[in-house]
Amino acid sequence: MSRVLTLWGSSVGKKIMMAVTGVILIGFIVAHMVGNLKVFMGADAFNHYAEGLRSFGAPFLAHGQALWIARIVLLVAVVIHIAAATVLTLQSKRARPVAYKKYAGDMVFSYASRTMVWGGIIILLFVIYHLLHFTTGDVHPDFIPGNAYHNFVSGFQSVPAALVYILAMIPLGLHLYHGFWSMLQTLGANNDKYNHLRRPIAAGLALLVTLGNLSFPIAVLSGVLKL
Amino acid sequence: MNLTLHVWRQAGSADAGRFETYKADGVDEHMSFLEMLDMVNEGLIKDGRMPIAFDHDCREGICGMCGFMINGEPHGPLPSTTVCQLHMRNYKDGDELWIEPWRARAFPVIQDLVVNRGAFDRIVASGGYITARTGSAPDAHAVLVPKAAADLAMDAAECIACGACVAACPNASAMLFTSAKVMHLGALPQGQPERYTRVVEMVATHDTELFGHCTNHGACQTACPKDITVD
Amino acid sequence: MDLKSNIPDGPIETKWESHKFDLKLVNPANKRKYNVIVVGSGLAGASAAATMAELGYNVQCFCFQDSPRRAHSIAAQGGINAAKNYQNDGDSVYRLFYDTVKGGDFRAREANVYRLAEISLQIMDHCVANGVPFAREYGGYLSNRSFGGAQVSRTFYARGQTGQQLLLGAYQQLEKEIRSGKVQMYTRHEMLDVVVIDGKARGIVTRDLVTGKIESWAADAVVLATGGYANAFYLSTNAKGCNVTAAWRAHKKGAGFANPCFTQIHPTSIPPAGEHQSKLTLMSESLRNDGRIWVPVKKGDTRAPDQIPDNERDYYLERFYPSYGNLAPRDIASRRAKEMVDEGRGVGPSGVGVYLDFRDAIKRLGRDVIAERYGNLFDMYANITGENPYEVPMRIYPAPHYTMGGLWVDYNLMSTLPGLHVIGEANFSDHGANRLGASALMQGLADGYFIIPLTIGNYLASTKLESVTADHPEFKAVEASVRLTAETLLAINGKRTTADFHKELGSLVWEYCGMARSAEGLKKALARIPEIREEFWSNVKVPGTGAGLNQSLEHAGRVADFLEFAELLCYDALDRDESCGGHFRVEHATAEGEAKRDDENFAYSSVWEFTGVGNTPIKHKEHLTFEHVHLAQRSYK
Ligand SMILES: Cc1cc2nc3c(=O)[nH]c(=O)nc-3n(C[C@H](O)[C@H](O)[C@H](O)COP(=O)(O)OP(=O)(O)OC[C@H]3O[C@@H](n4cnc5c(N)ncnc54)[C@H](O)[C@@H]3O)c2cc1C
Ligand code: HEM
Ligand code: HEM
Ligand code: SF4
Ligand code: F3S
Ligand code: FES
Repeated sequence: MSRVLTLWGSSVGKKIMMAVTGVILIGFIVAHMVGNLKVFMGADAFNHYAEGLRSFGAPFLAHGQALWIARIVLLVAVVIHIAAATVLTLQSKRARPVAYKKYAGDMVFSYASRTMVWGGIIILLFVIYHLLHFTTGDVHPDFIPGNAYHNFVSGFQSVPAALVYILAMIPLGLHLYHGFWSMLQTLGANNDKYNHLRRPIAAGLALLVTLGNLSFPIAVLSGVLKL
Repeated sequence: MNLTLHVWRQAGSADAGRFETYKADGVDEHMSFLEMLDMVNEGLIKDGRMPIAFDHDCREGICGMCGFMINGEPHGPLPSTTVCQLHMRNYKDGDELWIEPWRARAFPVIQDLVVNRGAFDRIVASGGYITARTGSAPDAHAVLVPKAAADLAMDAAECIACGACVAACPNASAMLFTSAKVMHLGALPQGQPERYTRVVEMVATHDTELFGHCTNHGACQTACPKDITVD
Repeated sequence: MDLKSNIPDGPIETKWESHKFDLKLVNPANKRKYNVIVVGSGLAGASAAATMAELGYNVQCFCFQDSPRRAHSIAAQGGINAAKNYQNDGDSVYRLFYDTVKGGDFRAREANVYRLAEISLQIMDHCVANGVPFAREYGGYLSNRSFGGAQVSRTFYARGQTGQQLLLGAYQQLEKEIRSGKVQMYTRHEMLDVVVIDGKARGIVTRDLVTGKIESWAADAVVLATGGYANAFYLSTNAKGCNVTAAWRAHKKGAGFANPCFTQIHPTSIPPAGEHQSKLTLMSESLRNDGRIWVPVKKGDTRAPDQIPDNERDYYLERFYPSYGNLAPRDIASRRAKEMVDEGRGVGPSGVGVYLDFRDAIKRLGRDVIAERYGNLFDMYANITGENPYEVPMRIYPAPHYTMGGLWVDYNLMSTLPGLHVIGEANFSDHGANRLGASALMQGLADGYFIIPLTIGNYLASTKLESVTADHPEFKAVEASVRLTAETLLAINGKRTTADFHKELGSLVWEYCGMARSAEGLKKALARIPEIREEFWSNVKVPGTGAGLNQSLEHAGRVADFLEFAELLCYDALDRDESCGGHFRVEHATAEGEAKRDDENFAYSSVWEFTGVGNTPIKHKEHLTFEHVHLAQRSYK
């Protein structure tokens, strides 16, 4: 624990925590997107998949247990990620109390890297909305517990809800793009031979996730996916 | 050529500071940027005003003493060039330049463009060395250093501690400076015994000196006059 | 003034060894009771402060830059010599010793030079151990190059930044001791005087350049490591802050100043581009390995260099020195360049410069090979001049670079003022009348790492030192005089700036006491300097106040000292009625125009005693005897 505390205590440690939690979150996002692609295979396949998530690990784990373990890991990761992000961001603001009159730095580094904080906040707001929408159904006008496919398609048939998803995917893409690249850097995936590939890989991953996620609301709105 | 300069003037750490505007007329393209400021200063002194204070010494790009922002860029627009090696042929008649000191909490302004970079020394003092008593060393050839390691160490050791990386970083982080020293000593066999404590202690000092944290923006390496990279 | 050189007896090979045994030791438990002040944190100062702290002394170290790592030593490019003979080309301690005495044109002390050559071995060992990233061969062994016309390959280097890397090594050792609490480091502090109590140096008075505070520091011994005075010439390759202030004020307090006229002019610097020029940039001497130096045959030839056919070019070094050609030693190459310019055959817009041409080398070896060897130097040249040296020949001209003269010290590196030790470029050094390339770094580190930490113990152990604090009335008196000087400068409120005076002084000294000196010219300079000085003290304008950072005030104080010192410089040059090394008197040249030494009358170091500003100084002589190196005329034909 004292090691973990030292890790938390130093800026590099927090950066490493960010990156490790980033890996978990990215892993989730990618898996989540791939899982959701099942929606294109029809209602049964998708509901089966949703149910599968809950019975995963049986007979060793009780119904829903695996899901809960995953949820806890995710939640912890999100909390650490946000806490570290907050502390680091405040520290940065403190580190330059007087701003420059002119600052060309804006041109030097990417739009993505500058919007990490705002991107993160938007993602957080999105996730809250998203949970209320698809998991608890609180903001879903036509929520049927247990029928994931129904909830999914009917959810996106509401244009405002679909728009929220579509718009949220842009900051998510940017956050992932810089986040993934930055994570490779922090975790020292650093090899002269491959360094020039890090940017394209990060961009590819971000693009894949964004396009995959965008395909869902668009497919519903355009009528490809129907109840 | 004639230029307009907006220069940050601040009499001391207690003063709030402000921009003042000066005309620099008759600038020769062969002048270095600092020689252009020398010229402006000669005029100010003759008028009985305080000249613009800026740090400099070698004027060869090696001591790391000089450095300020020109139009938002540390050491001005040329890559791999300190401001003392920047020449006025890179500007044209009528240009308007904003000249500001490095801005970071860890680098308080002393006067005008002069800042206190003592935090860098304290980072080095907390581990940026190899403990080797004078006179205790074995023959210089007793430890062989692969050429690749020596070259890597040298690349990192070229850092001149100018502070441009901190100035450029949106977080005012000194991670490029800190990691350059860690890299230099860590690449050499002589640096191995203290390898871990060195990093931990130098980063701890980096943090207590109130530098911001690195979030891999990479603006530092673009600004670095010595081509130190984040890799 | 008592010039006891304290050279140990015995054969030269064992002098240092036996002297180390004879030196009195300070008991380890007592070392922490002694305070030592080190002024300067260049190679000499940083290594001395770190090592003395390691031994247990309490050290206070001062520099005027914002960090000890920025001392002028950082700018040294070429390399450092050590007689390791790793190349198996016949090098040895004896050969390095021999070359240095000969290269210095027989005006150095044999015993010191031998010790220097001996210690060169330990310096390399130590610097490798403390992490200096020297250039390596593929096998992991250290790489060497031959430098400055040496016949063996004994120069170790770290790219083109050897001084930087050696200084960072010493700086890191210093920071380690700062952390351990044994060294108190005071940056942005300028020493403005030495304090002498009971005939011994017992401390210094400084000005805090940030707050303007004048402060006293008491100690048991003082070590000056304040570098050279080449900025007396205004334009030089030295950093802008290099000054003679510390050495000069010590001189005024009783430390003899030796051989001030021994100054080195480096042949390959970029010529000044105009009135605004503030300093000169050195181009590495290695360029002379492939570049050919020439001027047009015709006077005032203004054609572009590529329009001048080969038969109208004068490759003068190749003509004068068929065997050494473009690699002729520094002093000779410099003087010949000046001759060409004086004949009206100089090149470039101002006519002050000669060509260093790579056309033939590029033809012979290809552009790529040249780019690989000198690419970064070519880039630097292009950046400064705006000309592309691959297409247009470089222009070069000599520039003041290093000063062999300095405060006189004995074998223990103590000056004539007891307790005041002087190391590095600030002392009158082991380089005689001319320094060989790559040996200043060696000397600074030998003094700092290996000599002063031992000899200072001898002084402390053998001297009765009353306890003295900074409250002693003498400190207060010196503080008052330092304050008065600053106030006087600020109050003059004249019409000319300090830089203006510095430029005027510099060009005068360069003209008459530069590469070629004559009795007539020196007398002119000696007549003019007091006039400039007088005008300075009545017509200089220093704005602002003494409270807080005031860069104009700092500069004014330094120029005030140069104005006094320059007189001694010229006086010594006039007095030394011979030519030797970097000191070339036109009256004393061989038929071929080379320096003609006068060993019969001048085989000594001139040590000057201060008698008041503007008064004739008193000369003392330390006679030099040469038991090992045969006195001979240097010949590079
Ligand atoms: C461009 C250039 C290239 C060179 N290349 C080589 C080379 O390749 N090989 C070689 O052997 N030599 C070379 N030399 C010479 C060599 O660099 C110097 O002689 C040597 O570094 C001097 O070291 P030092 O420690 O004596 O003094 P410096 O490094 O000059 O240090 C002086 C110190 O004293 C301090 N100081 C001075 N005055 C005061 C004061 N009044 N109060 C407080 N502090 C003060 C300064 O702050 C500084 O810390 C070169 C010189 C130049 C100019
Ligand atoms: C929930 C609110 C979130 C906030 C406030 C937030 C904020 C941040 C911040 C401030 C950074 C560091 C800034 C920088 O590197 O410039 C960051 C990095 C990162 N974020 Fe987020 N983020 C959030 C959610 C997410 C999510 C959901 C994911 C996963 C998809 C994610 C993945 C990453 C990754 C991979 C990094 C890079 C870590 C590193 O620097 O090594 N973040 N985040
Ligand atoms: C358009 C894209 C998306 C679609 C269609 C989608 C769809 C879904 C659906 C249908 C569920 C409910 C599954 C179930 O309860 O069985 C769900 C849950 C979830 N989604 Fe998404 N999602 C998308 C994007 C995202 C994004 C970008 C994030 C995170 C940044 C995210 C985070 C979550 C979380 C945390 C849950 C809850 C999982 C749990 O039950 O613990 N989703 N999503
Ligand atoms: S890393 Fe580069 S920018 Fe930063 S201090 Fe070193 S040389 Fe300057
Ligand atoms: S710009 Fe700053 S965020 Fe890191 S990569 Fe450089 S220190
Ligand atoms: S003045 Fe030395 S680096 Fe610019």
